[in-house]
Amino acid sequence: MAKATASASQRLILWLLLAPALLWLFGLILLPHLDLALLSLRERTGPGEYAFGLAQYRTFFTEPLYWDVFVRTATISLIATALTLLLAFPIAWTIAKLTRGRLSTLLFAVCLIPFWVSETVRTLGWMILLRETGVIPGLLVTLGITEVPIEMLYRDPTILVGLVYTSLLFMVVPLYGSLESLDDSLIEAAYDLGGNGWTVLRTVVIPHASPGITAGCIVVFMLTLGNYLTASLLGGKNSLWFTEQIYTQFITRFNWEQGAAFGFLLLLLSSVMVWTGLRLSGQRFSDVMSRT
Amino acid sequence: MTTFDLEAKALSKRFATHTAVDALSFGVERGSFFSILGPSGCGKTTLLRMVAGFIEPDGGDVEIGGRSMCGVPPNRRPVNMVFQQLALFPMMSVGENVAYGLARRGVARADRERKAAEMLDRVGLPGLAAKRVDQLSGGQRQRVAIARSLVLKPTLLLLDEPLGALDLKLRERMKIELKQLQAAFGTTFVYITHDQSEALVLSDRVAVMNSGRFEQVGTPQELYYSPATPFVAGFVGANNRIDGQVSAIDGDLVEIRSAAGWTVKARRHGTLKPGDAATIFVRPEVAVLGRSTADLALAEPAAVHQGTVESLLFDGANSAVLLREQASRCEFRVALPQTGRYADLKVNEPVFFSFAADRAVCFGVGSSHG
Repeated sequence: MAKATASASQRLILWLLLAPALLWLFGLILLPHLDLALLSLRERTGPGEYAFGLAQYRTFFTEPLYWDVFVRTATISLIATALTLLLAFPIAWTIAKLTRGRLSTLLFAVCLIPFWVSETVRTLGWMILLRETGVIPGLLVTLGITEVPIEMLYRDPTILVGLVYTSLLFMVVPLYGSLESLDDSLIEAAYDLGGNGWTVLRTVVIPHASPGITAGCIVVFMLTLGNYLTASLLGGKNSLWFTEQIYTQFITRFNWEQGAAFGFLLLLLSSVMVWTGLRLSGQRFSDVMSRT
Repeated sequence: MTTFDLEAKALSKRFATHTAVDALSFGVERGSFFSILGPSGCGKTTLLRMVAGFIEPDGGDVEIGGRSMCGVPPNRRPVNMVFQQLALFPMMSVGENVAYGLARRGVARADRERKAAEMLDRVGLPGLAAKRVDQLSGGQRQRVAIARSLVLKPTLLLLDEPLGALDLKLRERMKIELKQLQAAFGTTFVYITHDQSEALVLSDRVAVMNSGRFEQVGTPQELYYSPATPFVAGFVGANNRIDGQVSAIDGDLVEIRSAAGWTVKARRHGTLKPGDAATIFVRPEVAVLGRSTADLALAEPAAVHQGTVESLLFDGANSAVLLREQASRCEFRVALPQTGRYADLKVNEPVFFSFAADRAVCFGVGSSHG
């Protein structure tokens, strides 16, 4: 009897602890998405009249603009992810392996501090640096490298710089975690057995860090693909970024059905890409998540 | 003429606060099992890492196989190391672990797989090449770590306390296996440990290291029976230690008197004169025990001491009894005879004990090198 009460009260505590997470999942994620799904599957047949249909999804595949914008967004996101990985790896390596104690904490803080500033302000900062009358074009003229100030905004490389900058921390953290857990003696043993810098990296460091690398890449890729602010501020209104298309459908054109369909297509296509990435690198999703 | 596989010449390494290795010079003969024995912090790991090439010495040189290793990185030295935690690669199979060094040398896949399988056979792990490292037992991992190094046919194999992580039973068995492997391969082994029993059982020669220097280098027997310094006498094997002042000198024998008033005779090591502070070391098995003076059955006349049993330390063949000397209340350990006689000793029982003065050794204090 007493035992049954104890287990009942334990179950109650469990549910109470889970409640905020469940409410959040259900109320803020599941419910809006269900509504969006229903919205995306409606066709307007007349003023105020709707019927079930796949017209929204057909538009995406038949209208080349939308498909091209999606491919462009995905390609730039992939490049941004790769660049972030290349940049974050040496940073994570330095913090995890080459420094100890206070210095390593300090370096981590240096990576974190830009995130204390709102993303909008940070991106506007980049605009101050890069616009035609901004700091860097002015500096280039002063140094005599260019004759007239160059407009550096509204170019694809600029979008890339902004995206990499915004994503760096989300790559450094999982990489740091997986590199930190690598036993130094494994690296020494690999050297001792005749390895050099490159082979040790390829045969010991990367296989050990691969769950962290994959986790970081997934997070950064998803963040970049869904990024709106950086792309539209640094790339301009005509940057042809997929989230901008969704925004346009919802806000400018009041075509919520089309916007919802694009939203779902983004979710679906990015999931397919992540899944393909996991298959290609031979990783299991659960392993990757447990290491992050 | 003996050839040395490893020769250190005035090798030194200083860290900010202390000297880890202090101008060491020594040679390790080809094909021998050489141990460096010392307490933690004595500099033995630094020494080993300098030989492996992970630490650059501040002074002196290391020669391996007659070639100076000055400026040669670890991956180009004819030396391999068995790490303390073994450092097997968990992301690779056992076979890939053993073949790792061969792959780095550019040996073709089929060739290195065959060589790795042969090496696994030789260390007694046939057919385990496809297993994962975490499927092996502690002893098997040990052998994989050794196989991984020996497959490269190094001039020198360095072992950094590889038995430290094993439990006692397995450690005893691996000791024997290591000695057999070394004999079978004929590779020169340099082994560092803080466990004197490992060093004594395994080695052809042992160097006892303390504060960056070798206190004594010799065979295990030399270290045990004729320690050159008080540190060696205290560190290698069990020993009774009696501190006092020299009260008389009689040829090779000295008599010292402890502060508590116990007078003991021992063989002199180095020069001593009356009044010098000195320390005597007596091995527990050198002393004999008896319930009466007649029981002692002394072949030669020797001083007979009286004491009471403080505690009984039963440990099978290594059993001993801890006594307190009557007058001085000094602790003294005596090994019990293996016959089982005196197995019925009681605590507080009065006993007699004695030891031959020439089997105890006396060092002057402050003259550690005689």
